[in-house]
Amino acid sequence: MASRSAVAPPALQSSRIRWGELVIKGMLALCALVSVATTVGILIALLQPAIDFFREISVVDFLTGSEWAPLFEPGSFGVRPLVYGTLAVTFVAIAVAVPFGLGSAIYLSEYAHRRTRKVLKPTLEILAGIPTVVFGYFALVFVTPWLRDIGIQVDIFNALAAGLVMGVMLIPTVASLSEDAMQAVPDALRHGAYALGGNRVHVATRVVVPAALSGIVASFVLAISRAIGETMIVLIAAGQQPTLTLDPRRTVETMTAFIAATGNGDVPRGSIEYKTIFAVGLTLFVATYAMNIVATRLVRRFREVYE
Amino acid sequence: MRPLVITLTAALTAVVLAGCGGSGGGGGGNGLSGLIEADGSSTVGPFTSAAAQRFKQEQSGVNVTVGISGTGGGFERFCRGETDLSDASRPIKDEERAICEKNGIAYSEFLVANDGIAVVANKQNDWVDCLTVAQLKRIWEPGSKVKSWQDVDPSFPDEQLKLFGPGTDSGTFDFFTDKIVGEEGASRTDYSATENDNVTVRGVSGEKGGLGYFGLSYFEDNRSQLKDLKVNGGGGCVAPTRETVQAGTYTPLSRPLFIYAKTSSFKRPEVEAFIRFIIDHEVEIADAARFVPLTAAQLKLAKQELRQAAG
Repeated sequence: MASRSAVAPPALQSSRIRWGELVIKGMLALCALVSVATTVGILIALLQPAIDFFREISVVDFLTGSEWAPLFEPGSFGVRPLVYGTLAVTFVAIAVAVPFGLGSAIYLSEYAHRRTRKVLKPTLEILAGIPTVVFGYFALVFVTPWLRDIGIQVDIFNALAAGLVMGVMLIPTVASLSEDAMQAVPDALRHGAYALGGNRVHVATRVVVPAALSGIVASFVLAISRAIGETMIVLIAAGQQPTLTLDPRRTVETMTAFIAATGNGDVPRGSIEYKTIFAVGLTLFVATYAMNIVATRLVRRFREVYE
Repeated sequence: MRPLVITLTAALTAVVLAGCGGSGGGGGGNGLSGLIEADGSSTVGPFTSAAAQRFKQEQSGVNVTVGISGTGGGFERFCRGETDLSDASRPIKDEERAICEKNGIAYSEFLVANDGIAVVANKQNDWVDCLTVAQLKRIWEPGSKVKSWQDVDPSFPDEQLKLFGPGTDSGTFDFFTDKIVGEEGASRTDYSATENDNVTVRGVSGEKGGLGYFGLSYFEDNRSQLKDLKVNGGGGCVAPTRETVQAGTYTPLSRPLFIYAKTSSFKRPEVEAFIRFIIDHEVEIADAARFVPLTAAQLKLAKQELRQAAG
């Protein structure tokens, strides 16, 4: 992508100013600007109340404290329980979404007959269209009792069921994006590998996957970001009790669940309780942003460039 | 989540009903019309909704929207002048009264029903039927180290105690902490705190060692899924029933419920008619909304208040 030049070929260059062209270019740039401006706007909106918050509560206490109870008197403001809750759910979700998603992608791209793929891929993508509130109740009323039936001692609200269901929800995201990336790998590479005597597994795992790695990693990153940011499933199925634990069988509260539950409550505007929402929101923003940067670096380092 | 959803649903229902009423062609009553906005306690909300439903049959032109953003949240809006009626599961606080006064909001207070807080456990819990206030306090006080039922009483099994209860916005939380811990708002924090009582029902019914509390009305709705515990407030174990709440023997966890009416709204005929309707049909509405009706003496007092407000 990056190598594609923005300069038009000489035949299309003209000394005459094309006003229509300029208007279209401007409008397209505006479209691109909307998302950038929104991101900047969100950051600004988060920043002011969050800074106010950190004037009253030190950043160190916020990051190292082990108890989160900002709505109680006296409040405690250690964000770690919320972060742990988010990590526990995300870890479970990714442990499901990555292997199953990548497996589906390899199957669809390298094994499935073209007609099979035409049916399977849209079917898989339906999963991505199910509202998260449905997934949430599915986790609570179906998955949690099922986990207990097979002998896993989970709390009624727990990170495990929420994470498992979220992982299933993310399979199409990973599968669809990875499959696109693998489809984009030139067939010449596959032919070359077969010519060297590779079988299907070798071609898929040693040639196609490394070649499509940047797209595949991008799908993982998107899945992780969505898992961290997912709200409805965890609100319904993972609980609303901040607990300093990474044990997915326990009741937890994630950062997003806290924001949703508290933002919908009656905390008075301008109070410290109100500002906690923004402090947690900023933490969430920084976490996902840092992860995106790391992922971009990783992709750049491991990417195999062809052509 | 829920307060917003319910408010919207109530508002939408009101609009839909208004449409139906319009096509009916003013068939009901003496043709009052208007919109009455109520907000406040999620405990009193069902009472006001039940009253509004019945009132609608007599006055099809009047729509009542009922929000449930908590007693404190309700008063906040009420004292900003945004609502006509404020549902409250406790009397108005001095701070709230001061804000109302500052904003020039005058109001009347109407006692509309009695309520009890039910302490509930899991159906499979076969070791406890009654808890003393002292035991409840040990469980719920700030910094409580009680982790297992055995910590409550050595004769109880070593089953993990899983606690559920209302969040800090709730009038039920204020009331419970005041009566049990002895200081309003003082509570341990490591429990599942939610403004959504259904989460508590689901939690306690899903955990063998579960324990929770909420309004008696919610318990009566979910009697089949939960076990109610008797409470010993010093005079022996008393079960939370309408009789014990009404008789005042279910101590300390029974309480009166109020509706506050803004004076300037009360001057509107439809608002006055609505309040009059509530007091005239109090027993019926309280029964329908699963509250404990007022006693004869309380009802007399409410009628007095109505006469005064009507001037």
